Amino acid sequence: MAIEHDVLGDLMRGSLDHCVKCTICETFCPVSNVTPLFPGPKYVGPQAERFRVPDETSPDASLDYCSGCGVCTQVCPQGVHIAEINTQARAKLRERTGFRFRDRLVARPDVLGRLATPVAPVANWTLRNRLLRLVGERLVGLDHRAALPAYPGRTFQRWARRHTSPPGVRRVAYFHGCGANWSEPRTGEMTVELLEHLGCQVDVPRGQACCGLPAQSNGMFKLARRYVRRMARRLAPSARAGVDIVGTSTSCTLMLKREAREILGLDDDADLRLVSDHVYDICEYLVMLLDRGELRTDFGPLPMTVTYHAPCQQQGHGIGKPALDLMALVPGLRVIENDATCCGVAGTYGLKHEKYEIARDVGARLFGQIADAKPDLAVCDSETCRWHIEAFTGARTVHPIEILHRAAGLS
Amino acid sequence: MSHHDAIVVGVGLAGLTAAARLAEGGARVLVLAKGVGATHLGPCTIDVIGYAPERVERPGEALAGLGDGHPYAAVGRDGVQAALDWFKGVMAPYPYVGGLEENLLLPTAVGALKPSAAVPGTMAAGDLREGGEVCVVGFRALKDFHATLLADNLARAGIPARAVELDLVPEGRADVNSLGFARAFDAPAFRSEVAAHLTARLGRDERLAFPAVLGIAGPTAAWSELRDRLARPVFEVPTLPPSVPGMRVFAILRERLRRAGARVILNAVVHDAERSGGRVTGVQARVGLRDVRHGADWVVLATGGFASGGLELDSRWRAREVALGLPVSGAPGPGEERFRAGYFDDHPMGRAGVRVGRDLRPEGLDNVLVAGATLAGAQPWREKSGDGISLSTGHRAAELILGQRAAAPPTEPAKAEA
Repeated sequence: MAIEHDVLGDLMRGSLDHCVKCTICETFCPVSNVTPLFPGPKYVGPQAERFRVPDETSPDASLDYCSGCGVCTQVCPQGVHIAEINTQARAKLRERTGFRFRDRLVARPDVLGRLATPVAPVANWTLRNRLLRLVGERLVGLDHRAALPAYPGRTFQRWARRHTSPPGVRRVAYFHGCGANWSEPRTGEMTVELLEHLGCQVDVPRGQACCGLPAQSNGMFKLARRYVRRMARRLAPSARAGVDIVGTSTSCTLMLKREAREILGLDDDADLRLVSDHVYDICEYLVMLLDRGELRTDFGPLPMTVTYHAPCQQQGHGIGKPALDLMALVPGLRVIENDATCCGVAGTYGLKHEKYEIARDVGARLFGQIADAKPDLAVCDSETCRWHIEAFTGARTVHPIEILHRAAGLS
Repeated sequence: MSHHDAIVVGVGLAGLTAAARLAEGGARVLVLAKGVGATHLGPCTIDVIGYAPERVERPGEALAGLGDGHPYAAVGRDGVQAALDWFKGVMAPYPYVGGLEENLLLPTAVGALKPSAAVPGTMAAGDLREGGEVCVVGFRALKDFHATLLADNLARAGIPARAVELDLVPEGRADVNSLGFARAFDAPAFRSEVAAHLTARLGRDERLAFPAVLGIAGPTAAWSELRDRLARPVFEVPTLPPSVPGMRVFAILRERLRRAGARVILNAVVHDAERSGGRVTGVQARVGLRDVRHGADWVVLATGGFASGGLELDSRWRAREVALGLPVSGAPGPGEERFRAGYFDDHPMGRAGVRVGRDLRPEGLDNVLVAGATLAGAQPWREKSGDGISLSTGHRAAELILGQRAAAPPTEPAKAEA
């Protein structure tokens, strides 16, 4: 049965009536706590939303400074979907103001990867050339200091096409995301190798492209809907066959699990609903196996010190911090948990010239904690956060899967 | 899916206390909560019993007179004392003073006098049982804290008081709440500026009341510096939300939980219990668009009362406990008086809650314990007993579970661990 009305979307917006103005979201908002340019989630969310009338111009553009980290929704004791309301409102704002070339660019990581990979040495040189970056900053507003992805010139998909996964005690499908495909193919390969070591036969569904999250964050809902519908079509056969889908890009996994249905009004997409029901953050999935007593836990010792930062979008899954439970299985590994809510970059937010310094200030607490800990490695579940953290701390930053891969004796 | 020794539902003072105590005692704890709780909203003074119904001077003695139906009956004076001792130990980075012997009498933001058993050391010099003049220092840019109102009302109560208002604004901010000021006070430069503006304007024997915004990163640094630089007693007066003292307490308890290895999941709305005979074997939680089951040997329910959404009253006047579906006692029936005209009146509906026995268990369930504002039989806003009940029942619930665990091994097999 077709749902003619976006029931879930209305529920998201309707939740603003539960706001009691308690200000708890404001106390946690990492952005409003470092800049007066953003008046805070309560103000631009449930309060301002009452004044946003369809087909009328909103008088206040300050919500553009929301980074979309989602912490407000997580801490709200009344169940108000503050971040979702703000993301929808920002899209409406942008539809009126138009989209900047820069935002159109960062909303398409897949296109960028496709263009950069064949000419990787040139692309990497360009992206790291200070002069060209300064020109880029003046021309398009991409901050010249911001950490951009590197392109190794090979893709994870290419590796996966040549790889045959041996039969295992269970099957999983791997949703690799743009980051692993174009910039960190080794993360994707390690994920497959680790899953196989843990007894999984790993499918890598063909034709995976962008999930639409960067487009959604930048207010381009039409593009985001097209992307996520395409992604759902590619992953749906696995879900239909009862195969669970695991992702290493935690924010993209959250997009498929929840955000696209809640924010983009796509709750009527049958493929997306199916994928949404079957998709897991990889650490969430492994801890589920652990809780059922079905995870192989004979990890070897790893005598090193790491810090762990659970990114804001990982916290949006509502699964606690499963990476900590997994790393606790590794003998000799000392894990120092960071308690920052956000590193600042929030996907593409911290790349923008007018927001770069805000992102830096948001992350200052985390960067300080990592610097104090002097870790052998920093650990974090999200790729854009890893690049941002590396740029500010110099600490090599890896996905939790890399720790387990090492402890399993695979690298 | 998961299985824990104990699930604690709620992260207000009761939930945080129960979870921290359980985790320290060796239990594997999962905390599930819809969002952050009442610590951020209230002053986090431990008001054990302030009115019964006359103003109470010795809270420890007044506890015995509260009757069998009161939550304190399940804790007892020794239990309240044990909880306070534990809490004061935990709060070493933000020390509390006071206890069950005497209530302190502290001013609220509007200059009313409120009896509290234990209070943050940063508030203690505000005890109005001691004579002396009070100078209330206000900031015009701080919303909802009006120094003149506070001083005038103290004067009306016979306490010599006056107000000094400063025009200092944290850098670049147009709209500042208490947390904005607290962050400003973390910077030594701002503290110096405040001290410089005040020095010439103070009387000789005054003690100085500030809104409770004197720093958040270091919970006592700004307070002790101002006290030393101004050479007068300095005390904080709780503000409207967000509550900086409550955030200090939350941060310390949250860190305690983290160190003890408890799992914490926010945005997890517990809405049902899986039962087997007289036991709850697991809870159902809605997380985003999913429904997740978590199994446990024990469940501590600390979701709060009507104000926090732990209890709900529907449009047909039916009261329900939202997380586990426990029966609600004391809600007035059809035709009975439910509410009275005055806001602070004795509303019959206000007594509704989950009734428990002396072991904090609701009737018919062996492994569920209830703590905090969900409990029936108290009227915290009239008695001034809210945080006292939350702290002591949360602590007691954990002690009871730890005692049972020590006496008998868990009934369900422990999970496979590396």
